Amino acid sequence: MSGLHLRAISHAFGDNQVLSGVSVYVAPGELVCLLGPSGCGKTTLLRLAAGLEPLQKGQIDINDTLVADGTNSNQLPPEKRGAGLMFQDFALFPHLNVRDNITFGIDSKNSDRRVAWVDEALTSMGLVGYANAYPHTLSGGQQQRVALVRALAPDPRILLLDEPFSGLDVARRAQIRTETLRLVKQSGVATLMVTHDPEEAMFMADRILVMNEGRIVQDGTPVDLYSSPQDAFVAEFFGPVNKFKGTVKARRVETPVGVFNADDYADGTIVNVLVRPEGFRLADADKKPFPMPGDHLNQTTVVLEVDTARPLGRSSYVALKLSSGQIIETRVPGLFLPPPGAQVCVGVNTDQAHVFPIADTP
Amino acid sequence: MSDAKKTLPRIRLNLWSVGALIIALAVAAPLFTVVGIAITDSSDIWTHLYNTVLGLYLERTIILMLGVGIGTLVIGTGTAWLVTMCRFPGSRIFEWALLLPLAVPAYVLAFVVTDQLEYAGTVQSVLRDMFGWTRPQDYWFPEIRSMGGAITVMTLVLYPYVYLLARSAFLEQSVCVLEVSRTLGKTAWGSFFRVAIPLARPAIVVGVTLVLMEVINDFGTVDYFAVQTFTAGIFDVWLNMNSVGGAAQLSSVLLLVVLVLIVTERMARRGRKFHHTSNKYSELPSYQLRGSRAALSFVACATPVLLGFVLPASVLSHYALSFYEETLSADYFSYVANSLTLSASAAFIAVVIGLFLAYAVRLSQGPWVMIAARTASIGYAVPGAILAVGVLWPTGALDQSISWVGNNFGIAIGSVMIGTIVPVIYGYLVRFLALAYGTSEASLGKITPNMDGAARTLGSNPSQALKRVHFPLMRGSLMTAAILVFVDCMKELPLTIILRPFNFDTLATFVYQYASDELLEESALGALTIVGAGIIPVILLSVTITRSRPGNR
Repeated sequence: MSGLHLRAISHAFGDNQVLSGVSVYVAPGELVCLLGPSGCGKTTLLRLAAGLEPLQKGQIDINDTLVADGTNSNQLPPEKRGAGLMFQDFALFPHLNVRDNITFGIDSKNSDRRVAWVDEALTSMGLVGYANAYPHTLSGGQQQRVALVRALAPDPRILLLDEPFSGLDVARRAQIRTETLRLVKQSGVATLMVTHDPEEAMFMADRILVMNEGRIVQDGTPVDLYSSPQDAFVAEFFGPVNKFKGTVKARRVETPVGVFNADDYADGTIVNVLVRPEGFRLADADKKPFPMPGDHLNQTTVVLEVDTARPLGRSSYVALKLSSGQIIETRVPGLFLPPPGAQVCVGVNTDQAHVFPIADTP
Repeated sequence: MSDAKKTLPRIRLNLWSVGALIIALAVAAPLFTVVGIAITDSSDIWTHLYNTVLGLYLERTIILMLGVGIGTLVIGTGTAWLVTMCRFPGSRIFEWALLLPLAVPAYVLAFVVTDQLEYAGTVQSVLRDMFGWTRPQDYWFPEIRSMGGAITVMTLVLYPYVYLLARSAFLEQSVCVLEVSRTLGKTAWGSFFRVAIPLARPAIVVGVTLVLMEVINDFGTVDYFAVQTFTAGIFDVWLNMNSVGGAAQLSSVLLLVVLVLIVTERMARRGRKFHHTSNKYSELPSYQLRGSRAALSFVACATPVLLGFVLPASVLSHYALSFYEETLSADYFSYVANSLTLSASAAFIAVVIGLFLAYAVRLSQGPWVMIAARTASIGYAVPGAILAVGVLWPTGALDQSISWVGNNFGIAIGSVMIGTIVPVIYGYLVRFLALAYGTSEASLGKITPNMDGAARTLGSNPSQALKRVHFPLMRGSLMTAAILVFVDCMKELPLTIILRPFNFDTLATFVYQYASDELLEESALGALTIVGAGIIPVILLSVTITRSRPGNR
């Protein structure tokens, strides 16, 4: 298997264990995202892969060559690994212009071919006019593109992207994400990207590895992760949820928003039912909610009181109030703005409701 | 697939860490040598020294350190506060002019002051003419060649260290802290003593320790003024009593003093990391002074500049103009060439080694390289006299082993080291490496580690990364480092006197010898050249300090 293979990697900074037995495989042409909250060890993993951090435990292969082995001190230095790394702060060389930055890593042996590639990349990334400009005169987006082209210019065996879009303003991100994805996919290189933004990960990745506290929690396609999260952490990481606590009885759990299937859990298990705001379907109290295309609407519906309703443009935010005082946040398409105190009929799309046992109960 | 794995190259010995350790050893060698000689010396001179001169040396050294320490503390801190916080006629000019005395070596000022104040000097002649005195017995005049004179002279040329550090500490202080103090009912003076000084204290302590290191390093002034300090004593025991062992033993005692100074300085530097609670660096409030207060401030700032710089510069210029022919005929140009050769070589090598060390520390993971670099930069605190003792022995030993190897191969090799400029440059390097290392380290610290990562992942090995990324970015700072070392080497006296080859004179040794023989006029051009070179770092420093504060115009 060529590509990037990180096997059973553990790493600690002093007493602080940042990675515990993490394994990652990225195939050539594949883009894998490491997604996790800050401080979960994902950037350390990238630096280990690049050789910027000495490996303590585990093994790293790049294109079937062992480049680092934690059991002995044999580690290939970063300059011999053929790993392109794009830094969060771009790390452009301030004393070199755009062209010199990009051609910095090009080996004189195959320079003609790569210089031709650089010219092409400069054109396709809209940087032609800036070849002689210095980094500090460029906008954030331009710097990002220069950094990306620079990392790809030496024709690396693997590409590592460390929070590639975090330095950019939100308005420009969407466009730059598209451009980046196109260039990376064109290069056909095995790419490992680190981000803390689930939306970004879902947009970019063929596969997402969710990390938490130095471990991989779940590995799957973006759709898998969003629709079948492995645990409450993954579910909550991909967006806000409403939580309802309940006890499993006869393979089912009753909540204030309906009865849910709990086939996987034994009777008496205390569980949390997590429902995304966009998983609710609302209707006037005397009607049944209407399913959206692809929905699996729950069989039970309940009638609840509206607390507040606010328009959000394409959708509406409707907060419902339970008799216990708990507020349920829902998000429904279009304009649906019942007055406070009104009664609405509430259904749930079961695809967006997840049942997890509460960890520390027997 | 595990079968298909290629084997890895064996890990190589890291050039950088090994190099750093060798440099540290080379720098530390003179110090070990001194202590080694002191311990192994079998002559009974120690008992003799202990019973006769040790107490005197200690007493003189302590009085001198106390006097200069207090003097520089008061003048340095006071003037720094005045020019930073108050506005009065000339205050803008004093900001940089107060640094000028730094350009004047203490021994040069000592010669000039003596020349002016002694019996045949300008001041006493004028007094005699005015009052009709004819003999020394007719009036009382302070003896300039005394402890008091040494304290005055050294204070006048060394206070800029304290001024410099105190001023940057005051500039760093957030205006808010001072304003809060005012709103809480403290007067301007109250704020100074209750808020500004405590916040700046670590910086001031660093400044004073640097001054004290210079004080114990001084040889020219104390020798000329016949103040029997430790350094003068080392020279006396070594050259006049002809006892290297005794000199080494005295040096070892002095090294303890040095150690205390180093520890004090390091602790104070660590203490400098006060957290300024506000980062609002708006313009500092400046109290507009008028009338007598403005006049008083003006005099307070003008006096040190006049005595420490304008006086020696003008006297020397006057002499240089009248006697330049004598100076030129006294082989002035060969002294200049010698000084330039020594200082430029030392500056170049120091910067190369300093950069090497700083980069090795950056590359290293463990603590060893850091410890090595720290060791390599303690030389700045060690008096030249001690280094001279320590350098001469290892170079002599090296000489002997080289000729031994040569003899074994049937080649007669004479002295390769002794009698050349190698020992002088070695001594300069040990003493001034810290300057080059510190500057490189600071400059390297401003380059984000991601630059290294980028260069490495783009295929550069550490040396290539240094050449292609760090060096171009550091060029300006390295130039500054070279200039600082260069100028310090130009001024250096005690090391040069001992370690120079026979009949080899630099500007500093030439000035010292002529001026000690009451021939100041003839050597004035030489002294003036040293002062002129010394002004370059003063300009560099004053530019840096005005740039250092965000929000400063």
